[in-house]
Amino acid sequence: MYGLGIVRGLGVTLKHFLATYVDDLRWFFERISGGSGGRYYNPEALKARQGTKARGVFTVQYPEEKLPVPEEFRFVPFLIYDTDAAGVQHDRCTSCGICAKVCPPQCIWIVRSNDPASGRPIPEPTEFFIDIDICMNCGLCAEYCPFDAIKMDHDYELASFDRMNHHIFNKERLSKPASYYASIRPRNNAAEEAARAAKEAAKEAAREAKAESA
Amino acid sequence: MTETPVTTAAPSPETLMPGVAVPDTRAGYSGVIVPADRLLDFARALRDQHGYDYLSSVTGVDYFPENNLEVVYHVYSTSGGPGLVFKTQLPRADPVAPSLFSIYPGVEFQEREAWDLLGIRFAGHPDLRRILMWEGFAGHPLRKDWHEAYFEEEGKPFKNRWPEGNVYRIEDKVPFEDNLTYPPDFDPESWTPETDAALYAGLAKVENPGGHRGASPDRSGGDGHAIDTDQLVINLGPQHPSTHGVFRVVLSLDGETIVDLKPVMGYLHRNHEKIGERNTFLMNMPFTDRLDYFCSMGNNFGYALAVEKLMNIKPPERAEYIRVIMAELTRIVNHLATIGFLLNDLGAFFTPIIYAFGERELILDVFEAVSGSRMMCNYFRFGGLARDLPPGVLDTIRELVTDRLPRRIDEIDAYLTNNEIVRTRSIGVGVLTRDRAIALSAAGPVLRASGVAYDVRRAEPYGIYERFDFDVVTRSGGDIYDRYLLRLEEMRQSLRILQQAVRDIPEGPIQTGKAQYQVRVPAGESYGRVENPKGELGFYIISTGKPNPWRYHVRAPSFINLTALGEMCRGTKVADVVATLGSIDIVLGEVDR
Repeated sequence: MYGLGIVRGLGVTLKHFLATYVDDLRWFFERISGGSGGRYYNPEALKARQGTKARGVFTVQYPEEKLPVPEEFRFVPFLIYDTDAAGVQHDRCTSCGICAKVCPPQCIWIVRSNDPASGRPIPEPTEFFIDIDICMNCGLCAEYCPFDAIKMDHDYELASFDRMNHHIFNKERLSKPASYYASIRPRNNAAEEAARAAKEAAKEAAREAKAESA
Repeated sequence: MTETPVTTAAPSPETLMPGVAVPDTRAGYSGVIVPADRLLDFARALRDQHGYDYLSSVTGVDYFPENNLEVVYHVYSTSGGPGLVFKTQLPRADPVAPSLFSIYPGVEFQEREAWDLLGIRFAGHPDLRRILMWEGFAGHPLRKDWHEAYFEEEGKPFKNRWPEGNVYRIEDKVPFEDNLTYPPDFDPESWTPETDAALYAGLAKVENPGGHRGASPDRSGGDGHAIDTDQLVINLGPQHPSTHGVFRVVLSLDGETIVDLKPVMGYLHRNHEKIGERNTFLMNMPFTDRLDYFCSMGNNFGYALAVEKLMNIKPPERAEYIRVIMAELTRIVNHLATIGFLLNDLGAFFTPIIYAFGERELILDVFEAVSGSRMMCNYFRFGGLARDLPPGVLDTIRELVTDRLPRRIDEIDAYLTNNEIVRTRSIGVGVLTRDRAIALSAAGPVLRASGVAYDVRRAEPYGIYERFDFDVVTRSGGDIYDRYLLRLEEMRQSLRILQQAVRDIPEGPIQTGKAQYQVRVPAGESYGRVENPKGELGFYIISTGKPNPWRYHVRAPSFINLTALGEMCRGTKVADVVATLGSIDIVLGEVDR
């Protein structure tokens, strides 16, 4: 019969349409039965609504609702500093320049200074700039940094009213504490901490062996 | 020359026209060098006697230090097997090569591109105009002595970034003061912009326009009274929602029937290849994401293959499996989106595309968890991958490919395939015959829907594709409907590959050797090609052993597939152009590069 294909197609549309309400009702009953807060924003609901078993609508009401980002999510880089027992901040960055060399759009500028007394370079950078208008969020700087000093951020809300004066981030604007990094990338951080600890232990062992043989 | 029967076995380069074709003996190079005056004979013999019926890629290389330009051709046989590279060398001052248009009509746009970007003239080309740059542009930007505005240095990394780091905003360097040079005979005050006169002049005309009566019986309206038709030129785009971006089609109409058609592109041109030649090898990886931005994982794959060929390394087993998984998920993403957009073009406004995007969303979530970005994945590295799969992701992929996606693809099938409107609009429209598809170098679904069982994954397997059991889907009609059905079936075949891959994937390392930010690439040439969702994606790379590639060329499938657009659309109506364009599946990031 002519038109049967269209009718069957409309059946699929109807199924999708009804599925959104089934989903709504399910979350509604969950809420009134004192469940996890109903359909709207909570991590558990979002996981189900956007998961492989989801049947209803996929859309979220940004910015009221925000999807949680996975750990590997990358956005404009930031610099990590450690805080020692006395409360003094130390940049992990040693101004080696690998990030500036590997950056595809060349948006990283690093100022390295020399110690006026000895004439040798000071490890911590004097200034560190990233032009976030140019940054393409590729993550190569974070990937190849040998000191885990530059990492990709999760904060993607960087819109501003004036791009002329605020889109070259300096060291102050870029620096974030190591605890922040641990909070956004717990798995990566734990792996890197373990690798660093193993390296320290190996160094210690080598030094002891040297001291003994001497 | 002797008559040899058509054979699928690749003849060794020495046996091809000895005395004319000289083997390329430069270190790291392969193929043969043919003098320009014998090129036509040679190409005709290749096609007619040696079975190389498919010309995949034409490009040029500027050997600036040696003061010559080289045109590089890659030919294959549609019955499979490895290809052949042949080159012709031209003096840099006056580079003229014979156009291969009469033998391989698919070179039309590629030769125009080589003229536009490298200044190689092709004698006998029917319409040798600029294609990516605009008419009136000065110079040929891919020549090594051509410098762009904001030019800093020949190659990255730029020296002023570290350790002095004098930061500046690029906009503060005013281009009209110290960063712009005019050609010697150019006066900006008296300059008038070029017009599109050459473009319009190239369109086929209606014979006897205006007032001819009933030239063909199908225009008579059936009542014996012929309808007056007139020649009409219509610009579709560049700002038109149905052209999938900033793409323009100039149509010449006889009444409502299309007489001729010319695509106009380049509105999104950024000279990707010039950027690529300034970049180091690794820096190009995130740039390839931006070519066909629906299929960044596939683009990564092709580029990684080309460079790995030069470096002579192979990724470890687990990385090979992950590569295949990502490439096939990409194919599903792309085909879902293509089917959705095709339905948009047919008038089913946004319902099918939203259903398709719902499923795409789940796959993009996988990409994001794995690579950190939904579309600009930048996930492949030379000899491996950026990182291993995070915990849990493989289970998600398994659920998707064994349970959800097969159901959803069947649902799309039930939803659209038998829809009478879809069938009426697409069956028998935009037809490309088998022979013309091969001649016009069409690739991917466009080629296979015309009945050619040519798939790079089978014809010249890369990665570990020879291990998987899947069918190369073909259709015989070559119309829009067949291209739609073919994409639907290809998604099912991709699911088959994925199901085998997630079953067999081993544990192990994901990178050969140590991950390095500066890779050493030995001198030589290589052509890495993959079966991307839109067709054969090729990367032609020349290394001189330096950190930056000397030449970096992209054989963009959606750009070359457009060569066939005119052929498909002649004789149809304007609304069919929109549908045909949707069925070719172009992405302007890749067309314009």
